[in-house]
Amino acid sequence: MISLRGMFSRPETGALLGLVFVWGFFAIFAHNGFLSLQGTKSYLQVSSEIGILAIGVTLLMISGEFDLSIGSLIGFSSMSVALLTMEANLSMPVASFLTLIMVMFIGYCNGITVVKSGLPSFIITLGSLFMVRGITIAISKLVTGRTQLGGLADSKGYNIMSSIFGNSLTISGTDFPISIFWWILFGVLGYLILRHTQIGNWIFATGASKESASLMGIPVKNVKVSLFMLTAFCAWFIAITQVTTFGGADVLRGEQKEFIAIIAAVIGGTLLTGGYGSIIGTMIGALIFGIVKQGIIFAGVDADWFQVFMGVMLISAVLVNGIFRKKYADS
Amino acid sequence: MQTASNQIVLRNIYKNFGSINALKDISMVTDSGKIHCILGDNGAGKSTLVNIISGVFQPDQGEYTVNEKRVLFKDPRQALDAGISTVYQNLAIIPIMNIYRNFFLGNEPIHGRLNTINKDFAIETTVKELKKFDINIEDAKRAAGTLSGGQRQILAIARALYFGAKILILDEPTSALGVRESAKVVEQIAQLREHNINVILVSHNIEQAFSLGDEFFIFKNGELVGQFNKLETSANKLRSILEK
Repeated sequence: MISLRGMFSRPETGALLGLVFVWGFFAIFAHNGFLSLQGTKSYLQVSSEIGILAIGVTLLMISGEFDLSIGSLIGFSSMSVALLTMEANLSMPVASFLTLIMVMFIGYCNGITVVKSGLPSFIITLGSLFMVRGITIAISKLVTGRTQLGGLADSKGYNIMSSIFGNSLTISGTDFPISIFWWILFGVLGYLILRHTQIGNWIFATGASKESASLMGIPVKNVKVSLFMLTAFCAWFIAITQVTTFGGADVLRGEQKEFIAIIAAVIGGTLLTGGYGSIIGTMIGALIFGIVKQGIIFAGVDADWFQVFMGVMLISAVLVNGIFRKKYADS
Repeated sequence: MQTASNQIVLRNIYKNFGSINALKDISMVTDSGKIHCILGDNGAGKSTLVNIISGVFQPDQGEYTVNEKRVLFKDPRQALDAGISTVYQNLAIIPIMNIYRNFFLGNEPIHGRLNTINKDFAIETTVKELKKFDINIEDAKRAAGTLSGGQRQILAIARALYFGAKILILDEPTSALGVRESAKVVEQIAQLREHNINVILVSHNIEQAFSLGDEFFIFKNGELVGQFNKLETSANKLRSILEK
């Protein structure tokens, strides 16, 4: 039975109320097609990109760490794939695979540095955010003299990659990008792993109390390093989606995505201190992000207001979650 | 002792941290079915001793045997596998996680082809095992932080026994508890004798330790300065040695 207490002690309840509010708000005030299939598709597409990143970020945050480097990993991945296909003449699947190995290695380095040094991951990954972005821009300029590359659609193996990452499914005349379905699949997997497997229990325990978890024999360092590799994987996945959707790469891809992914997780009820959070909440957080971002356009309001709205949503979410938790969960 | 079951023997154990001698030449024996109290002030070496027995630290010198077999634990997991479990005062459970997830922390029961956690089994077992220690919980999905301090300690003890602990180290189990909560925990610890557990109890509280313990080990500045059987000492005598 679902009691009121049980409901309010769930991390995603606040986010669900927020979702109802923003959707209702734009359903009333955004008359230019927000409610149409096109409108739905447009915010689901935005939500899916942030959502896939945020699922990795949520698991990492529950384990007690942050990854600020994912934004630059997206830029790095897209440029790496472009350079490897256009300059090194590799086929796109091979280029993507090599890029994946590099990106996972960067994630591994982030993780190892954090667990070995004991320093806050906020600082370590802030450092790698700048390093990776800088390396991406420098190498790209060195090799091609440019920071944007196009024309990838003609490269070998593009069609295969595009059919996996950049495809779309037509539902009553509207093309829904395949990234939406990937997002849902990642969400289901993330939910099952977190709530129903041993690894999930270890992730919660690692974030809630590293010391207690390690005394119970949980390999907390391995848990954290693996999750840094997971966030790196998610960044790669989004990069490939963008490359195969736009047929080009840009060193600045993914800028600020690291923050937006954290915002989605926090709106979804994940605690900044670790040990608590929910994948469903994060999915809702990403959905709120997409609805607000596209809803403002449909409402015909200047898009600058989007940032204000997201800031307000973030702070309200933290306040509301805090109140609910104090009142119903911790008492 | 004729039988060597669950016996721990330390011979001439030394442990240094830099220039600090945390433990100097410690030799002691603990056996199953008895409660051994480790007494001493802060900095006397009690925690270092506990950490060596439980595999967190490794001794610099000396011999550590469990059931007459020499051991060298690299981490707490290896000590756990040898049946040595520690209940730390603040780290016993994770308040933000629910009760059954705490009970099975690190030992999650999995089932099915997808290796998912067997929640029904976990919840049922948690409720059943806690009942053995006089704790009735209706909802094992509640956050463990909603349990009282005494219940948390008992949860940690029940968990250790369920997972095969034969040698149980209790680090200040009642120091953060009120009088009534303490009494409940003490009552449960006393019953561990009947389960043939080798209990090592670290305590500040001399009266409580004396009423509960069978053997007493007094530590000062990293040395074992006195070792007594309950019959040959009194709470006052222990205090006078401690405060000397």
